[in-house]
Amino acid sequence: MRQVVILGAGTAGTLMANHLTKSLPQNEYAVTIVDQRKEHHYQPGYLFIPFGIYSKEDVLKPIEKFIPGKAQYVQESIDRVKPDEDQVVLANGEVLPYDLLIIATGTDIAPQEIEGMDGPYWRKNIFDFYTLEGALALHEKIKDFKEGHLVVHIAEMPIKCPVAPLEFAFLADAYFREKGLRENIEITYVTPMDGAFTKPVATAKLQHLLDEKGIEVVPNFSIMEVNGEAQKIIDYEGREVSYDVLVTVPTNMGAGYVERSGFGDELNFVPTDKATLQSKVKPNIFVIGDATDVPASKAGSVAHFEGEILLENVQRFLDNKPLKAEFDGHANCFVETGHGKALLIDFNYTHEPVPGTFPIPGLGPLRLLEESRMNHLGKLAFKWIYWNMLITGKHIPFVSSKMNTAGKEYAEVTA
Amino acid sequence: MEKQIAGKNITVNEEGYLTNLNEWDKDVATEIAQEEGITLEEAHWPVLEYLQNQHKNEVALTIRKVGKSGVIDIKGFYALFPGGPLKKASRIAGIPKPVSCI
Ligand SMILES: Cc1cc2nc3c(=O)[nH]c(=O)nc-3n(C[C@H](O)[C@H](O)[C@H](O)COP(=O)(O)OP(=O)(O)OC[C@H]3O[C@@H](n4cnc5c(N)ncnc54)[C@H](O)[C@@H]3O)c2cc1C
Repeated sequence: MRQVVILGAGTAGTLMANHLTKSLPQNEYAVTIVDQRKEHHYQPGYLFIPFGIYSKEDVLKPIEKFIPGKAQYVQESIDRVKPDEDQVVLANGEVLPYDLLIIATGTDIAPQEIEGMDGPYWRKNIFDFYTLEGALALHEKIKDFKEGHLVVHIAEMPIKCPVAPLEFAFLADAYFREKGLRENIEITYVTPMDGAFTKPVATAKLQHLLDEKGIEVVPNFSIMEVNGEAQKIIDYEGREVSYDVLVTVPTNMGAGYVERSGFGDELNFVPTDKATLQSKVKPNIFVIGDATDVPASKAGSVAHFEGEILLENVQRFLDNKPLKAEFDGHANCFVETGHGKALLIDFNYTHEPVPGTFPIPGLGPLRLLEESRMNHLGKLAFKWIYWNMLITGKHIPFVSSKMNTAGKEYAEVTA
Repeated sequence: MEKQIAGKNITVNEEGYLTNLNEWDKDVATEIAQEEGITLEEAHWPVLEYLQNQHKNEVALTIRKVGKSGVIDIKGFYALFPGGPLKKASRIAGIPKPVSCI
């Protein structure tokens, strides 16, 4: 029996377990998947928790429900990988030997990376919504917040779902407007980037929405410290922004065992070939989802597109054939803009998000980079797609893992 | 496009970043730095050299990486290249503009 071990049973690990047990002959391969958790978290749902739209029950389901019967689930924390010995060591001391390893342990917040963030004010008036606990604590704060300055903040890039903090700002605007409190609440968006997003056409569109909603943007802000006592954030050039409630997206880092195993970059992301998804650590280690260092968005949709590519390359690797399938960086994200509307962006390594139609060129029904109710329904439908198609490794109709340029309005093709 | 920098014809892109590191020398760096409002001193050179080496090794640069390099800390990096240190320092070092992460 050859051993295939998957580390992490989140979005990417779960979908790979489903792909692999369907494709690899059961009498030749044993598939094992490891995660520290009992429950699978639907992270895109965290966004809605602070506003009371979703509750805890909407985002949690038992992990094992989504692990195929032909795979073995091990619930334990990973201590380290020993690439030279082709072994994974678990926290309980158990050793899992492997012929092929897939790393899918994602990324988590690391508030301890910024001075003063993780101190006595954490979850008192400094919050995150990138964890379930954070989103729940923030809900308690926001529901009684009546006046003051709400600062939405990104510590440093890259972060997973880079549009989520913008969505949070839009939803906060709508939430307080609907409560008739918006006039008493100032909302500021503080980002280390040049503007609202990283790609020019989408940034212009999103900046317009921010202006319309009266959300001020403070760009190029590289945070040095949080002064919890004085309620302000300070950047490396001495700029200060005061807050009453700080909603921050702390530094995002890969899992600690990656560092202990000696192969992560400075944020514990695993060096990975951006086309084949093979790690640069050793040929029999592949990486998928948020855990990689590839220059693509860290998003569930990306993990889904990568999954189809990775399956082909893993099969080729196991059959001793050269790797062939190439990931193009395809990402597809709904951006909630408040009041029951959303916009949709579709892009890859080389093509920025532009207006157009999706998924069927010329027909839609979804319009790219434009606010609509239809897109909002798409975002809500994403929850169903996530639980029923995405993590179970099904192909989503009309949406291919390689991005389609047809039906899109490119000014010029960026190569 | 071509641009006269320190009396030499240098190829740069539309944002003024060198497209060929071989055309870089200390005089070119000094003149680009002046355009950025920076007077190069002793402390700048090891940082520029570090950036060039990382570029040659095809390592994608971030401010955090520079801060952990042992060459300089983040605060010092901002002090040497105020107002967008990585972008400015990359331009002065003659390497491409760092791609912002997505
Ligand atoms: C607020 C928010 C909104 C988002 N919105 C969207 C959206 O609208 N659309 C979209 O496409 N994406 C969205 N995302 C991003 C999406 O959730 C992630 O990109 C996706 O889940 C990544 O999948 P992954 O498998 O790489 O990592 P994860 O799903 O995070 O899985 C990693 C798993 O590894 C396990 N693990 C980690 N370390 C260890 C260890 N040492 N031992 C054992 N187990 C370990 C964890 O327990 C976890 O189960 C959002 C994310 C957030 C936080």
